[in-house]
Amino acid sequence: MKGSFLVLVAFLASSVEMVEALTIVLAVGITRGWRSTLVGVGAATIALAAAVAALGPALTLIPISALRLLVGALLLVFGLQWLRKAILRAAGYQRLHDEEAIFIRERQEALAAGRVERAGLDWYAFVLSFKGVFLEGIEVAFIVVTLGSAQHEIPLAAVGAGAAVIVVGTVGLVVRAPLSRVPENAMKFGVGVMLTTFGTFWAAEGAGVHWPGADAAILVILAVMLLAPLGLVRLIQRRRTAVLAVEPAAPSVPVQP
Amino acid sequence: MKYVLGFLRFWRDFIVGDDWRIAAGLAAGLLLTWAIARGGVAAWWTLPIAVLAVLSLAVWRAVREDERAAGPVRRPRAPRDEDPSR
Repeated sequence: MKGSFLVLVAFLASSVEMVEALTIVLAVGITRGWRSTLVGVGAATIALAAAVAALGPALTLIPISALRLLVGALLLVFGLQWLRKAILRAAGYQRLHDEEAIFIRERQEALAAGRVERAGLDWYAFVLSFKGVFLEGIEVAFIVVTLGSAQHEIPLAAVGAGAAVIVVGTVGLVVRAPLSRVPENAMKFGVGVMLTTFGTFWAAEGAGVHWPGADAAILVILAVMLLAPLGLVRLIQRRRTAVLAVEPAAPSVPVQP
Repeated sequence: MKYVLGFLRFWRDFIVGDDWRIAAGLAAGLLLTWAIARGGVAAWWTLPIAVLAVLSLAVWRAVREDERAAGPVRRPRAPRDEDPSR
């Protein structure tokens, strides 16, 4: 059961970040040419793989209870940040991630930037695609390593993340446009719920807690961590609606469920 | 020195994120859980409650800040733009 969750979390987290990286890569590649852009993507992928390869074995040297405390705390920090943002977006307090708008902005900036050649590469295209892929990927790399190491299943987590890279990359190659129809906020919400669930379970175990029902407690934590944020979304949606009713001229945005 | 500081700042921003109070609240929750568990009392309920409290406070604070920034009229602003770092 934990194995399937592991693959699912790694797949979803990686998909969301890959969609965002793809938007940047497409905008740069279409505008500035593909050679330097793809070299940037390749360099970032190697850097991410090196980070995972270095961090994974290092974590296995830590005693299991300390490892679970560390991993759980990290997953909780990441999970709560993702959840907080997803809740605010779902309730209309923060703009949804608009891949189409980001694509247009990145293209305009890429067109306006001057051309500097270094090492035979268009440096702007190389740096931007490297940064896009590396910065979007580093959090996923951390999630894959921490989730995987706590269960001694880093390869399984890597399979989930790798599958997402292949799926999003293939779809991106075919459509050659930002994947604006992907329900990014719902996926972020789901990942946030799962990271928070695993984080709570492992961090508490690392702090010396014995869960009633052992591993089965994960299902109960999952239900709580799903229902409470959904309740929060409803609560602040109602608040926003009530405040907007006081001042009907206030702007509004479509709300993603 | 500039690069070292930049490197440290990157990791601080990466781990702590937009709201440092989330990390601080979680640290306090974990410490409390550890203290209760060490005292031989069942502590499984402590962390889930702490996590939900930290999340609710973080969301509530963001909502209040948003509404306060809208000025004296009780009106929420248009949704804020994306933080490109996340």
